[in-house]
Amino acid sequence: MNLRAETMEHIDATIPRYPHKRSAVMPLLHAVQRDQGYISNEAIAWVAGKLGLEPVNVYEVVTFYPFFRQAPIGRRHIRLCRTLSCALCGGFGIAEVLEEAFECRMGETAPDGSATLEWAECLASCDKGPVLMLDDDLHENLTEEGVRELARTIRAENAEGSDSSMTGNNS
Amino acid sequence: MAISEQRVILKHVDEPGYDPGIECYVRHGGYETLRKAVGMQPEEICRGVEVSEVRGRGGAGFPAGMKWKFLDRKSGKPIYLICNADESEPGTFKDRQIMHKDPHQLIEGMMVSAFAIQAALAFIYIREEMPQAARILEAAIDEARARGFVGEDILGSGYSCEIVVHRGAAAYICGEETGLIESLEGKRAYPRIKPPYFPAALGLYQCPTIVNNVETLCHVKHVVAIGGEAFARTGSPGNTGTRIWCVSGHVQRPGYYEFECGALTLGEMIHDVCGGVHPGRSLKAVIPGGSSAKILRADERFTGKLKDGTEFDWGLNDIPLDFDSLMACGSMSGSGGIIVMDDRVDMVEALANINAFYSHESCGQCTPCREGSLWMKKITKRMAEGGARTEDTDLLLSIGDQIAGRTICAFGEACAWPTQSFVSKFRDEFLAKASEDSGKRKGLRLV
Repeated sequence: MNLRAETMEHIDATIPRYPHKRSAVMPLLHAVQRDQGYISNEAIAWVAGKLGLEPVNVYEVVTFYPFFRQAPIGRRHIRLCRTLSCALCGGFGIAEVLEEAFECRMGETAPDGSATLEWAECLASCDKGPVLMLDDDLHENLTEEGVRELARTIRAENAEGSDSSMTGNNS
Repeated sequence: MAISEQRVILKHVDEPGYDPGIECYVRHGGYETLRKAVGMQPEEICRGVEVSEVRGRGGAGFPAGMKWKFLDRKSGKPIYLICNADESEPGTFKDRQIMHKDPHQLIEGMMVSAFAIQAALAFIYIREEMPQAARILEAAIDEARARGFVGEDILGSGYSCEIVVHRGAAAYICGEETGLIESLEGKRAYPRIKPPYFPAALGLYQCPTIVNNVETLCHVKHVVAIGGEAFARTGSPGNTGTRIWCVSGHVQRPGYYEFECGALTLGEMIHDVCGGVHPGRSLKAVIPGGSSAKILRADERFTGKLKDGTEFDWGLNDIPLDFDSLMACGSMSGSGGIIVMDDRVDMVEALANINAFYSHESCGQCTPCREGSLWMKKITKRMAEGGARTEDTDLLLSIGDQIAGRTICAFGEACAWPTQSFVSKFRDEFLAKASEDSGKRKGLRLV
């Protein structure tokens, strides 16, 4: 596994924090996904080896939790809340704006690779709906115009910064 | 009528100049309760929590003191404390405020609790969708460790305990305490069957474990600060202390509001505190305790007897906001998430939205829930999209009835209650779908 030095350092510091190594499966998967953009079969085998598990023990975790992905995604990760409070405040209208702006459907990656659109289940900011997460950042009280602007910025940054465009970078 | 909040947990949250750093927390009297706690006998603290009658704020409302009392202290195995910060019940956003804006209050509450149960190690299981809160907590734990509030020999007491922040990965079922424990062990979050796997006896790594919600652990700090008896005098009998209510949906001032339990009615919350529905709209229905709680119709009458034998006859606006009153009305205060819907809402669309959530989040372990939640989703979605059939209404009820009570964990009830209550309380609306023009979708699109 070709992981960055800081990722390796983080992984080695994480494992001893748990009384049982197996508890470090999810933290390690988080670290690997952050580093590589997704979790490959090679990564599954590597994490298993690191923790003294069989690859299937790691694979079943990867396939259970929606946040872990086995394929790269776009440069930015957009997760729009689909749940009731946000929907009551117009969440589905926001989804249409996103689909139009990125020329792809929810669940897909834009043709220019600038972003992947996903539905999220309740993001626990229901008083400020509709909300979305752009990578780690929460965007609240969304308006259709505001989201159009956000999409323009993301696509422009993607066009400019193709040198640093790392597939699936979720940092 | 202006009703002012009674902030205890949120006392400093949103106060101008208050920040999440330790300096600020200590300046406001922070960690004085931990200092008091480590000078007490652990049993004394447990007794205080029991006397306070503080109930769990995560959803079930189980008395925290009783949960602690079930701890198997004779096994000789290490005891673990887990803070359930997997706040995921739709309509709930209170723990987020505490973790983002006053993280040290949670850490102090956890260390007081850890000392009381003599935990060997403590965890915060936080949902993946709150990465910033996780970073804030980690930084706060480092600050607290540097000052001797966390880690080795806490405040010179000889008691040591670390806190590990553990991030989830977007699975709602991790809010169920035994699912959470499985997840923390590095497995799929399949809830365990109880008995025998009550966490207090056979929890994390098959050791005695206490799992408490963020807000509950903060309350423990206040119980110790003022004493169990004094705490028990706040709120109403059996419904002690304050609660943070989260109001969302169709009100003019959605938000989080803290009041003593029973201090105001649902009507006062919606109309006075939150400004009511928007001009020109009327109230249609309210889900009072997170999306799994049974829905209440705006024009419904609730009659019956309370635990103490008092008879009641309430309209929706008259229901006191506490644990027992909402339960007496056939619903629950659950996680404190109040979702308000006005007359624009098509109940089939709303239920289809909720069903989509629960079918996505079923862990898949028990057949009635895995299959039933998916069927309920597919049927309501088809109905919303113009393909309703006359028999759908009763079919939905029959599926819901066959899930509740037939699963390992309470998710079975959580996914069945919305369907059971929506369909029986808005039966005409569901039946009418079958004769509607299938090309027309009126109202807000919710699915």
